Amino acid sequence: MVMTTHEEKMRTARFRVDDTPHIVVDGEKCRSCAVKSCITVCPAGLFVGLDDGTVLFNYENCFECGACFYVCAEEGALSWSYPKGGFGVTFRES
Amino acid sequence: MTASKDSENFDVIIVGAGPAGSAAALVTARAGLKVLLIERGEYPGAKNVSGAVFYGSAILEKLIPNWWEDAPVERHVTRRDLVLLSPTTSISLDFRSSSAGYVEPPYNGFTILRPKFDRWFAEQAEAAGAFLLCSTVVDDVIREDGQVVGVKVRRDEGEIRGDVVIACDGVNSWLARKAGMQRDLHTHELSLGVKEVIGLDEAAIRERFQLSGDEGMALEYVGAVTGNVHGGAFLYTNKNSLSLGVLGQLSSLVEQKTRPYDLLEGFKSHPAIAPLVRGGTLREYSAHLIPEAGWYMFPQLFSDGMLVAGDAAGFCLATGLYIEGINYAMQSGLAAGQTAVEACKRREYSRYTLSLYMDVLRERHVLTDFRAYRHAPKFVNGERLQNVYPEMAARASESLFRVDGSRKQKLLPLYWRTLRQVGAKPHHVVQDLFQVARAYLW
Repeated sequence: MVMTTHEEKMRTARFRVDDTPHIVVDGEKCRSCAVKSCITVCPAGLFVGLDDGTVLFNYENCFECGACFYVCAEEGALSWSYPKGGFGVTFRES
Repeated sequence: MTASKDSENFDVIIVGAGPAGSAAALVTARAGLKVLLIERGEYPGAKNVSGAVFYGSAILEKLIPNWWEDAPVERHVTRRDLVLLSPTTSISLDFRSSSAGYVEPPYNGFTILRPKFDRWFAEQAEAAGAFLLCSTVVDDVIREDGQVVGVKVRRDEGEIRGDVVIACDGVNSWLARKAGMQRDLHTHELSLGVKEVIGLDEAAIRERFQLSGDEGMALEYVGAVTGNVHGGAFLYTNKNSLSLGVLGQLSSLVEQKTRPYDLLEGFKSHPAIAPLVRGGTLREYSAHLIPEAGWYMFPQLFSDGMLVAGDAAGFCLATGLYIEGINYAMQSGLAAGQTAVEACKRREYSRYTLSLYMDVLRERHVLTDFRAYRHAPKFVNGERLQNVYPEMAARASESLFRVDGSRKQKLLPLYWRTLRQVGAKPHHVVQDLFQVARAYLW
Protein backbone atom coordinates (compact mmCIF):
# COMPACT_ATOMS: atom_id res chain seq x y z
CA MET A 1 0.00 0.00 0.00
CA VAL A 2 1.40 3.37 -0.94
CA MET A 3 -0.72 5.64 1.23
CA THR A 4 -0.10 4.60 4.80
CA THR A 5 -1.24 5.63 8.25
CA HIS A 6 1.27 6.70 10.83
CA GLU A 7 0.76 3.41 12.67
CA GLU A 8 1.57 1.44 9.54
CA LYS A 9 4.73 3.48 9.03
CA MET A 10 5.91 2.92 12.57
CA ARG A 11 5.47 -0.84 12.29
CA THR A 12 8.20 -0.98 9.62
CA ALA A 13 11.08 0.21 11.82
CA ARG A 14 12.87 -2.07 14.28
CA PHE A 15 13.52 -1.01 17.86
CA ARG A 16 15.53 -2.62 20.62
CA VAL A 17 14.16 -1.02 23.73
CA ASP A 18 16.43 -0.23 26.67
CA ASP A 19 14.96 -0.27 30.20
CA THR A 20 16.20 3.23 30.83
CA PRO A 21 14.66 6.01 28.73
CA HIS A 22 17.24 8.05 26.76
CA ILE A 23 14.92 11.06 26.56
CA VAL A 24 13.08 12.20 29.65
CA VAL A 25 10.25 14.72 29.53
CA ASP A 26 9.15 16.55 32.63
CA GLY A 27 5.50 16.85 31.65
CA GLU A 28 4.73 19.25 34.50
CA LYS A 29 7.10 21.84 33.04
CA CYS A 30 5.22 21.59 29.74
CA ARG A 31 2.12 23.13 31.38
CA SER A 32 3.54 26.61 30.96
CA CYS A 33 4.68 25.95 27.37
CA ALA A 34 2.31 27.62 24.95
CA VAL A 35 3.62 26.05 21.76
CA LYS A 36 4.40 22.40 22.55
CA SER A 37 6.24 22.07 19.25
CA CYS A 38 7.55 18.61 20.16
CA ILE A 39 4.07 17.26 19.45
CA THR A 40 4.18 18.73 15.95
CA VAL A 41 7.68 17.87 14.80
CA CYS A 42 8.35 14.41 16.22
CA PRO A 43 8.46 12.22 13.09
CA ALA A 44 7.49 9.20 15.17
CA GLY A 45 4.55 11.02 16.84
CA LEU A 46 5.72 10.08 20.34
CA PHE A 47 4.55 13.22 22.16
CA VAL A 48 0.95 13.46 23.30
CA GLY A 49 -0.58 16.59 24.78
CA LEU A 50 -3.04 15.93 27.59
CA ASP A 51 -6.05 18.02 28.55
CA ASP A 52 -4.41 19.20 31.76
CA GLY A 53 -1.61 20.85 29.76
CA THR A 54 1.05 18.27 30.47
CA VAL A 55 2.86 16.29 27.78
CA LEU A 56 3.22 12.54 27.71
CA PHE A 57 6.21 10.98 25.96
CA ASN A 58 7.06 7.40 25.07
CA TYR A 59 10.73 6.84 24.22
CA GLU A 60 10.35 3.32 22.88
CA ASN A 61 9.83 4.02 19.16
CA CYS A 62 12.23 6.95 18.90
CA PHE A 63 14.27 7.58 15.72
CA GLU A 64 16.88 9.52 17.76
CA CYS A 65 16.74 12.39 15.25
CA GLY A 66 17.00 15.21 17.80
CA ALA A 67 14.13 17.36 16.49
CA CYS A 68 12.38 17.54 19.89
CA PHE A 69 15.60 18.71 21.53
CA TYR A 70 15.94 21.70 19.19
CA VAL A 71 12.31 22.82 19.28
CA CYS A 72 11.78 22.46 23.03
CA ALA A 73 10.92 25.93 24.31
CA GLU A 74 10.73 25.18 28.01
CA GLU A 75 14.00 25.26 29.91
CA GLY A 76 14.71 21.89 31.54
CA ALA A 77 11.55 20.17 30.32
CA LEU A 78 13.40 17.73 28.13
CA SER A 79 16.68 15.94 28.68
CA TRP A 80 18.15 14.27 25.65
CA SER A 81 20.81 11.64 25.03
CA TYR A 82 21.36 8.70 22.72
CA PRO A 83 20.24 5.26 23.90
CA LYS A 84 22.87 2.86 25.23
CA GLY A 85 25.04 1.35 22.48
CA GLY A 86 23.24 -1.21 20.33
CA PHE A 87 19.82 -0.12 21.63
CA GLY A 88 17.18 2.07 20.04
CA VAL A 89 16.28 2.16 16.37
CA THR A 90 17.94 0.00 13.74
CA PHE A 91 17.37 0.91 10.11
CA ARG A 92 17.80 -1.78 7.49
CA GLU A 93 16.97 -0.06 4.22
CA SER A 94 17.06 3.69 4.64
CA MET B 1 36.52 -4.44 25.40
CA THR B 2 38.45 -3.22 28.38
CA ALA B 3 40.50 -0.19 27.68
CA SER B 4 41.68 1.27 30.95
CA LYS B 5 43.95 4.26 31.13
CA ASP B 6 47.28 2.55 30.91
CA SER B 7 46.41 -0.56 28.95
CA GLU B 8 45.90 0.86 25.53
CA ASN B 9 46.52 4.00 23.56
CA PHE B 10 45.33 4.48 20.01
CA ASP B 11 46.92 6.81 17.51
CA VAL B 12 43.51 7.85 16.23
CA ILE B 13 40.02 7.45 17.68
CA ILE B 14 37.18 8.08 15.25
CA VAL B 15 33.66 8.50 16.60
CA GLY B 16 30.91 7.44 14.18
CA ALA B 17 31.18 4.92 11.34
CA GLY B 18 29.34 6.83 8.61
CA PRO B 19 30.99 7.94 5.36
CA ALA B 20 33.19 10.51 7.14
CA GLY B 21 34.31 8.18 9.94
CA SER B 22 35.02 5.18 7.75
CA ALA B 23 36.92 7.34 5.23
CA ALA B 24 39.08 8.71 8.04
CA ALA B 25 39.58 5.19 9.43
CA LEU B 26 40.52 3.82 6.01
CA VAL B 27 43.19 6.41 5.29
CA THR B 28 44.73 6.37 8.79
CA ALA B 29 44.74 2.55 8.99
CA ARG B 30 46.40 2.32 5.60
CA ALA B 31 49.12 4.63 6.86
CA GLY B 32 49.88 1.99 9.48
CA LEU B 33 48.37 3.82 12.46
CA LYS B 34 46.56 2.12 15.32
CA VAL B 35 42.97 3.17 14.66
CA LEU B 36 39.76 2.72 16.63
CA LEU B 37 36.42 3.36 14.89
CA ILE B 38 33.52 3.60 17.34
CA GLU B 39 29.88 3.18 16.28
CA ARG B 40 26.81 3.42 18.52
CA GLY B 41 24.54 1.32 16.28
CA GLU B 42 24.64 -2.46 16.29
CA TYR B 43 26.34 -2.17 12.90
CA PRO B 44 27.61 0.80 10.85
CA GLY B 45 24.65 2.40 9.07
CA ALA B 46 22.05 1.12 11.53
CA LYS B 47 21.31 4.69 12.67
CA ASN B 48 21.96 6.42 9.36
CA VAL B 49 19.48 7.89 6.92
CA SER B 50 20.05 9.77 3.65
CA GLY B 51 18.04 10.22 0.44
CA ALA B 52 20.28 8.76 -0.84
CA VAL B 53 22.42 9.56 -3.84
CA PHE B 54 26.16 9.27 -3.41
CA TYR B 55 27.88 11.65 -5.83
CA GLY B 56 31.43 10.88 -4.74
CA SER B 57 32.17 7.87 -6.91
CA ALA B 58 35.33 9.43 -8.33
CA ILE B 59 36.57 10.22 -4.80
CA LEU B 60 36.12 6.64 -3.68
CA GLU B 61 37.58 5.30 -6.92
CA LYS B 62 40.94 6.78 -5.92
CA LEU B 63 40.87 4.78 -2.68
CA ILE B 64 39.22 1.58 -3.83
CA PRO B 65 39.51 0.95 -7.59
CA ASN B 66 36.24 -0.29 -9.13
CA TRP B 67 34.59 0.00 -5.71
CA TRP B 68 31.06 -0.25 -7.18
CA GLU B 69 31.68 -3.82 -8.34
CA ASP B 70 31.99 -4.93 -4.74
CA ALA B 71 29.83 -2.41 -2.89
CA PRO B 72 26.06 -2.60 -2.36
CA VAL B 73 25.02 0.11 -4.82
CA GLU B 74 21.54 0.41 -6.29
CA ARG B 75 21.62 2.31 -9.61
CA HIS B 76 24.01 4.78 -11.29
CA VAL B 77 22.27 8.09 -11.86
CA THR B 78 21.89 9.18 -15.49
CA ARG B 79 18.71 11.25 -15.13
CA ARG B 80 18.03 14.17 -12.82
CA ASP B 81 14.86 16.20 -12.64
CA LEU B 82 14.26 19.44 -10.84
CA VAL B 83 10.50 19.82 -10.48
CA LEU B 84 8.41 22.85 -9.51
CA LEU B 85 4.99 22.06 -8.10
CA SER B 86 1.69 23.83 -7.62
CA PRO B 87 -1.10 21.80 -5.99
CA THR B 88 -2.32 20.63 -9.37
CA THR B 89 0.56 21.15 -11.79
CA SER B 90 4.25 20.36 -12.19
CA ILE B 91 6.94 21.67 -14.48
CA SER B 92 10.35 20.13 -14.63
CA LEU B 93 13.85 20.61 -15.84
CA ASP B 94 14.71 17.17 -17.12
CA PHE B 95 18.35 16.25 -17.43
CA ARG B 96 19.45 12.96 -18.93
CA SER B 97 22.80 12.02 -20.28
CA SER B 98 24.41 9.13 -22.06
CA SER B 99 27.81 10.81 -22.01
CA ALA B 100 30.73 8.85 -20.64
CA GLY B 101 30.81 10.78 -17.36
CA TYR B 102 27.38 9.42 -16.49
CA VAL B 103 27.10 5.98 -18.05
CA GLU B 104 30.66 4.70 -17.81
CA PRO B 105 32.86 3.91 -14.81
CA PRO B 106 33.46 5.48 -12.38
CA TYR B 107 29.99 6.98 -13.08
CA ASN B 108 28.77 10.25 -11.58
CA GLY B 109 26.64 9.05 -8.70
CA PHE B 110 24.84 6.02 -7.33
CA THR B 111 21.63 5.60 -5.41
CA ILE B 112 22.43 3.72 -2.22
CA LEU B 113 20.76 2.46 0.96
CA ARG B 114 22.83 3.68 3.88
CA PRO B 115 22.53 0.71 6.26
CA LYS B 116 23.99 -1.47 3.51
CA PHE B 117 26.51 0.98 2.07
CA ASP B 118 27.87 2.23 5.39
CA ARG B 119 28.31 -1.31 6.61
CA TRP B 120 30.33 -2.19 3.52
CA PHE B 121 32.44 0.97 3.74
CA ALA B 122 33.31 0.33 7.40
CA GLU B 123 34.35 -3.20 6.42
CA GLN B 124 36.88 -1.67 4.01
CA ALA B 125 38.33 0.34 6.88
CA GLU B 126 38.48 -2.84 8.98
CA ALA B 127 40.20 -4.69 6.15
CA ALA B 128 42.80 -1.92 6.13
CA GLY B 129 43.49 -2.62 9.80
CA ALA B 130 41.14 -0.30 11.71
CA PHE B 131 39.50 -1.74 14.82
CA LEU B 132 35.71 -1.35 14.68
CA LEU B 133 33.81 -1.20 17.97
CA CYS B 134 30.01 -1.24 17.52
CA SER B 135 27.15 -0.81 20.02
CA THR B 136 29.16 1.80 21.88
CA VAL B 137 28.09 5.35 22.68
CA VAL B 138 30.72 8.03 23.22
CA ASP B 139 29.52 10.53 25.82
CA ASP B 140 32.41 12.94 26.14
CA VAL B 141 36.05 13.63 25.44
CA ILE B 142 38.87 13.22 27.96
CA ARG B 143 40.84 16.42 28.39
CA GLU B 144 44.20 17.00 30.02
CA ASP B 145 45.65 20.52 30.19
CA GLY B 146 43.21 21.63 27.52
CA GLN B 147 44.30 18.87 25.16
CA VAL B 148 41.81 16.19 24.03
CA VAL B 149 43.49 12.87 24.82
CA GLY B 150 40.70 10.36 24.34
CA VAL B 151 36.99 9.63 24.74
CA LYS B 152 34.62 8.49 27.46
CA VAL B 153 32.35 5.66 26.36
CA ARG B 154 29.18 4.50 28.09
CA ARG B 155 30.65 1.19 29.29
CA ASP B 156 32.45 -0.08 32.36
CA GLU B 157 36.01 1.23 32.50
CA GLY B 158 34.87 3.56 29.81
CA GLU B 159 37.94 5.62 29.01
CA ILE B 160 39.80 5.10 25.78
CA ARG B 161 42.87 7.16 25.04
CA GLY B 162 44.10 8.30 21.66
CA ASP B 163 46.40 10.98 20.27
CA VAL B 164 43.90 12.39 17.80
CA VAL B 165 40.11 12.24 18.18
CA ILE B 166 38.00 12.76 15.05
CA ALA B 167 34.32 13.50 15.68
CA CYS B 168 32.21 12.11 12.83
CA ASP B 169 29.15 11.61 15.01
CA GLY B 170 26.60 13.22 12.76
CA VAL B 171 24.40 16.30 12.69
CA ASN B 172 23.76 16.40 16.45
CA SER B 173 27.47 16.00 17.28
CA TRP B 174 27.30 16.03 21.05
CA LEU B 175 31.01 15.41 20.97
CA ALA B 176 31.84 18.67 19.20
CA ARG B 177 29.58 20.44 21.68
CA LYS B 178 31.07 18.69 24.71
CA ALA B 179 34.50 19.69 23.44
CA GLY B 180 33.30 23.29 23.17
CA MET B 181 33.81 23.37 19.41
CA GLN B 182 30.17 23.75 18.33
CA ARG B 183 27.47 26.09 19.64
CA ASP B 184 23.80 25.14 20.04
CA LEU B 185 22.17 24.90 16.63
CA HIS B 186 19.10 26.92 15.68
CA THR B 187 15.92 25.45 14.27
CA HIS B 188 16.27 27.46 11.05
CA GLU B 189 19.64 25.79 10.41
CA LEU B 190 18.21 22.28 10.47
CA SER B 191 15.76 20.45 8.26
CA LEU B 192 13.87 17.37 9.27
CA GLY B 193 13.69 14.70 6.61
CA VAL B 194 11.08 11.96 6.71
CA LYS B 195 11.45 9.15 4.24
CA GLU B 196 9.93 5.97 2.98
CA VAL B 197 11.46 3.13 1.04
CA ILE B 198 8.73 1.73 -1.17
CA GLY B 199 9.17 -1.64 -2.78
CA LEU B 200 8.42 -1.71 -6.49
CA ASP B 201 9.05 -4.25 -9.21
CA GLU B 202 12.29 -3.70 -11.17
CA ALA B 203 10.52 -3.76 -14.53
CA ALA B 204 8.02 -1.15 -13.35
CA ILE B 205 10.86 1.13 -12.22
CA ARG B 206 12.59 0.92 -15.60
CA GLU B 207 9.38 1.59 -17.46
CA ARG B 208 8.07 4.45 -15.29
CA PHE B 209 11.35 6.31 -15.21
CA GLN B 210 12.50 5.37 -18.72
CA LEU B 211 15.65 3.67 -17.55
CA SER B 212 17.54 0.75 -18.96
CA GLY B 213 19.63 -1.77 -17.06
CA ASP B 214 21.08 -0.35 -13.88
CA GLU B 215 20.51 3.28 -14.80
CA GLY B 216 18.87 5.36 -12.10
CA MET B 217 17.10 8.65 -11.63
CA ALA B 218 17.06 11.39 -9.02
CA LEU B 219 14.08 13.75 -8.82
CA GLU B 220 13.98 16.78 -6.54
CA TYR B 221 10.90 18.87 -5.90
CA VAL B 222 10.13 22.35 -4.63
CA GLY B 223 6.88 24.27 -4.25
CA ALA B 224 3.44 23.23 -3.17
CA VAL B 225 4.49 19.83 -1.86
CA THR B 226 5.47 21.32 1.49
CA GLY B 227 2.56 23.78 1.71
CA ASN B 228 3.80 26.85 3.56
CA VAL B 229 6.63 24.92 5.14
CA HIS B 230 10.09 25.71 3.78
CA GLY B 231 11.49 22.55 2.31
CA GLY B 232 11.37 20.21 -0.60
CA ALA B 233 11.03 16.60 -1.56
CA PHE B 234 12.94 13.89 -3.37
CA LEU B 235 12.38 10.62 -5.16
CA TYR B 236 15.24 8.29 -6.06
CA THR B 237 15.18 4.97 -7.86
CA ASN B 238 16.83 1.95 -6.26
CA LYS B 239 17.12 -1.53 -7.78
CA ASN B 240 13.69 -2.73 -6.76
CA SER B 241 12.46 0.08 -4.56
CA LEU B 242 12.00 3.84 -4.50
CA SER B 243 13.38 6.13 -1.81
CA LEU B 244 11.20 9.16 -1.36
CA GLY B 245 10.86 11.77 1.28
CA VAL B 246 10.07 15.30 2.31
CA LEU B 247 12.36 17.81 4.01
CA GLY B 248 11.02 20.61 6.15
CA GLN B 249 12.98 23.36 7.85
CA LEU B 250 12.51 22.74 11.56
CA SER B 251 11.61 26.34 12.44
CA SER B 252 9.10 26.40 9.64
CA LEU B 253 7.42 23.11 10.66
CA VAL B 254 6.99 24.69 14.09
CA GLU B 255 5.57 27.96 12.73
CA GLN B 256 3.16 26.22 10.39
CA LYS B 257 2.29 23.55 12.98
CA THR B 258 2.70 20.91 10.33
CA ARG B 259 3.46 17.28 11.04
CA PRO B 260 6.24 15.95 8.83
CA TYR B 261 4.53 12.67 7.99
CA ASP B 262 1.41 14.49 6.81
CA LEU B 263 3.60 16.28 4.25
CA LEU B 264 4.93 12.90 3.14
CA GLU B 265 1.42 11.57 2.51
CA GLY B 266 0.54 14.77 0.66
CA PHE B 267 3.60 14.34 -1.53
CA LYS B 268 2.70 10.78 -2.49
CA SER B 269 -0.82 11.80 -3.43
CA HIS B 270 0.25 14.74 -5.65
CA PRO B 271 -0.84 14.13 -9.26
CA ALA B 272 2.79 14.28 -10.42
CA ILE B 273 3.96 11.67 -7.90
CA ALA B 274 1.03 9.28 -7.46
CA PRO B 275 1.52 7.49 -10.82
CA LEU B 276 5.20 6.96 -10.03
CA VAL B 277 4.62 5.19 -6.73
CA ARG B 278 1.37 3.39 -7.56
CA GLY B 279 1.25 -0.27 -6.56
CA GLY B 280 4.32 -0.03 -4.32
CA THR B 281 4.50 -1.37 -0.77
CA LEU B 282 6.02 0.42 2.19
CA ARG B 283 9.21 -1.26 3.36
CA GLU B 284 10.65 1.20 5.83
CA TYR B 285 9.83 4.60 7.29
CA SER B 286 12.63 6.70 8.77
CA ALA B 287 13.61 10.23 9.79
CA HIS B 288 16.76 12.27 10.25
CA LEU B 289 17.93 15.84 10.70
CA ILE B 290 19.98 17.60 8.02
CA PRO B 291 22.39 20.48 8.69
CA GLU B 292 21.47 22.97 5.97
CA ALA B 293 23.01 26.31 6.84
CA GLY B 294 26.41 25.34 5.44
CA TRP B 295 29.15 27.93 5.85
CA TYR B 296 27.35 29.76 8.66
CA MET B 297 26.97 26.75 10.95
CA PHE B 298 30.50 25.35 10.80
CA PRO B 299 31.96 24.52 14.20
CA GLN B 300 35.53 25.16 15.13
CA LEU B 301 36.95 22.44 12.86
CA PHE B 302 40.15 21.68 14.78
CA SER B 303 41.38 22.08 18.33
CA ASP B 304 44.12 20.59 20.49
CA GLY B 305 43.90 16.87 19.79
CA MET B 306 40.59 16.93 17.95
CA LEU B 307 39.04 17.34 14.47
CA VAL B 308 35.41 17.48 13.33
CA ALA B 309 34.17 16.05 9.98
CA GLY B 310 31.02 15.11 8.05
CA ASP B 311 27.56 16.24 9.18
CA ALA B 312 29.07 16.93 12.61
CA ALA B 313 30.89 19.79 10.89
CA GLY B 314 27.81 20.85 8.91
CA PHE B 315 29.31 19.67 5.60
CA CYS B 316 26.02 19.27 3.78
CA LEU B 317 25.64 21.45 0.69
CA ALA B 318 21.96 22.34 0.34
CA THR B 319 21.68 24.92 -2.39
CA GLY B 320 18.59 23.83 -4.26
CA LEU B 321 20.74 22.90 -7.26
CA TYR B 322 22.76 20.51 -5.13
CA ILE B 323 21.78 18.54 -2.07
CA GLU B 324 25.01 16.75 -1.36
CA GLY B 325 26.35 15.43 1.90
CA ILE B 326 27.90 11.99 1.55
CA ASN B 327 30.62 13.16 -0.83
CA TYR B 328 31.60 16.04 1.47
CA ALA B 329 31.46 13.71 4.47
CA MET B 330 33.91 11.44 2.71
CA GLN B 331 36.18 14.25 1.56
CA SER B 332 36.29 15.79 5.03
CA GLY B 333 36.87 12.37 6.61
CA LEU B 334 39.80 11.85 4.28
CA ALA B 335 41.11 15.34 5.03
CA ALA B 336 40.87 14.69 8.78
CA GLY B 337 42.55 11.32 8.29
CA GLN B 338 45.41 12.84 6.29
CA THR B 339 45.86 15.49 8.96
CA ALA B 340 45.96 12.84 11.69
CA VAL B 341 48.57 10.85 9.75
CA GLU B 342 50.78 13.93 9.49
CA ALA B 343 50.29 14.78 13.18
CA CYS B 344 51.20 11.24 14.23
CA LYS B 345 54.29 11.34 12.02
CA ARG B 346 55.43 14.55 13.74
CA ARG B 347 54.14 13.39 17.16
CA GLU B 348 52.54 16.80 17.55
CA TYR B 349 48.84 16.98 18.27
CA SER B 350 48.37 20.63 19.10
CA ARG B 351 45.95 22.88 17.28
CA TYR B 352 48.86 24.37 15.38
CA THR B 353 49.66 21.04 13.78
CA LEU B 354 46.03 20.08 13.32
CA SER B 355 45.26 23.37 11.57
CA LEU B 356 46.69 21.59 8.54
CA TYR B 357 43.13 20.21 8.29
CA MET B 358 41.96 23.55 6.88
CA ASP B 359 44.49 23.37 4.04
CA VAL B 360 43.52 19.82 3.15
CA LEU B 361 39.82 20.74 3.28
CA ARG B 362 40.54 23.48 0.76
CA GLU B 363 42.60 21.17 -1.45
CA ARG B 364 39.72 18.73 -1.43
CA HIS B 365 37.32 21.55 -2.40
CA VAL B 366 35.20 21.24 0.71
CA LEU B 367 35.71 24.72 2.13
CA THR B 368 35.93 26.28 -1.33
CA ASP B 369 32.57 24.82 -2.43
CA PHE B 370 30.82 25.86 0.77
CA ARG B 371 32.29 29.33 0.60
CA ALA B 372 31.25 29.75 -3.03
CA TYR B 373 27.65 28.79 -2.25
CA ARG B 374 27.48 30.36 1.20
CA HIS B 375 24.55 32.64 0.27
CA ALA B 376 22.47 29.88 -1.30
CA PRO B 377 20.95 28.02 1.68
CA LYS B 378 19.37 31.14 3.16
CA PHE B 379 17.94 32.09 -0.20
CA VAL B 380 16.67 28.57 -0.92
CA ASN B 381 14.86 28.47 2.41
CA GLY B 382 13.51 31.99 1.92
CA GLU B 383 9.80 32.66 1.88
CA ARG B 384 9.34 33.60 -1.78
CA LEU B 385 11.57 30.99 -3.34
CA GLN B 386 9.81 28.38 -1.25
CA ASN B 387 6.21 29.40 -1.49
CA VAL B 388 5.77 31.93 -4.25
CA TYR B 389 7.95 31.37 -7.30
CA PRO B 390 7.60 27.61 -7.87
CA GLU B 391 3.85 27.89 -7.63
CA MET B 392 3.88 30.99 -9.82
CA ALA B 393 5.88 29.20 -12.53
CA ALA B 394 3.55 26.21 -12.42
CA ARG B 395 0.44 28.44 -12.54
CA ALA B 396 1.80 30.54 -15.38
CA SER B 397 2.44 27.35 -17.34
CA GLU B 398 -1.15 26.31 -16.75
CA SER B 399 -2.29 29.50 -18.52
CA LEU B 400 0.45 29.33 -21.12
CA PHE B 401 -0.49 25.89 -22.40
CA ARG B 402 -4.25 26.24 -22.07
CA VAL B 403 -6.19 26.81 -25.28
CA ASP B 404 -9.75 27.93 -24.64
CA GLY B 405 -10.45 30.42 -27.38
CA SER B 406 -9.44 33.47 -25.36
CA ARG B 407 -6.70 35.83 -26.45
CA LYS B 408 -3.12 34.53 -26.13
CA GLN B 409 -1.02 36.54 -23.73
CA LYS B 410 2.64 37.10 -24.37
CA LEU B 411 5.05 35.94 -21.70
CA LEU B 412 5.84 39.16 -19.86
CA PRO B 413 2.24 40.20 -19.13
CA LEU B 414 1.39 36.59 -18.32
CA TYR B 415 4.16 36.25 -15.75
CA TRP B 416 3.48 39.73 -14.41
CA ARG B 417 -0.18 38.93 -13.82
CA THR B 418 0.60 35.60 -12.21
CA LEU B 419 3.17 37.28 -10.03
CA ARG B 420 0.56 39.74 -8.78
CA GLN B 421 -1.94 36.92 -8.25
CA VAL B 422 0.41 35.04 -5.95
CA GLY B 423 1.13 38.25 -4.07
CA ALA B 424 4.73 39.06 -5.00
CA LYS B 425 5.81 42.71 -4.99
CA PRO B 426 7.91 44.07 -7.88
CA HIS B 427 10.72 45.28 -5.61
CA HIS B 428 10.90 41.81 -4.05
CA VAL B 429 11.40 40.31 -7.47
CA VAL B 430 14.27 42.67 -8.18
CA GLN B 431 15.79 41.89 -4.79
CA ASP B 432 15.44 38.17 -5.38
CA LEU B 433 17.00 38.33 -8.82
CA PHE B 434 20.01 39.92 -7.20
CA GLN B 435 20.01 37.22 -4.51
CA VAL B 436 19.85 34.48 -7.14
CA ALA B 437 22.72 36.04 -9.02
CA ARG B 438 24.80 36.42 -5.88
CA ALA B 439 24.05 32.91 -4.70
CA TYR B 440 24.59 31.07 -7.97
CA LEU B 441 26.19 33.14 -10.72
CA TRP B 442 29.45 34.58 -9.46
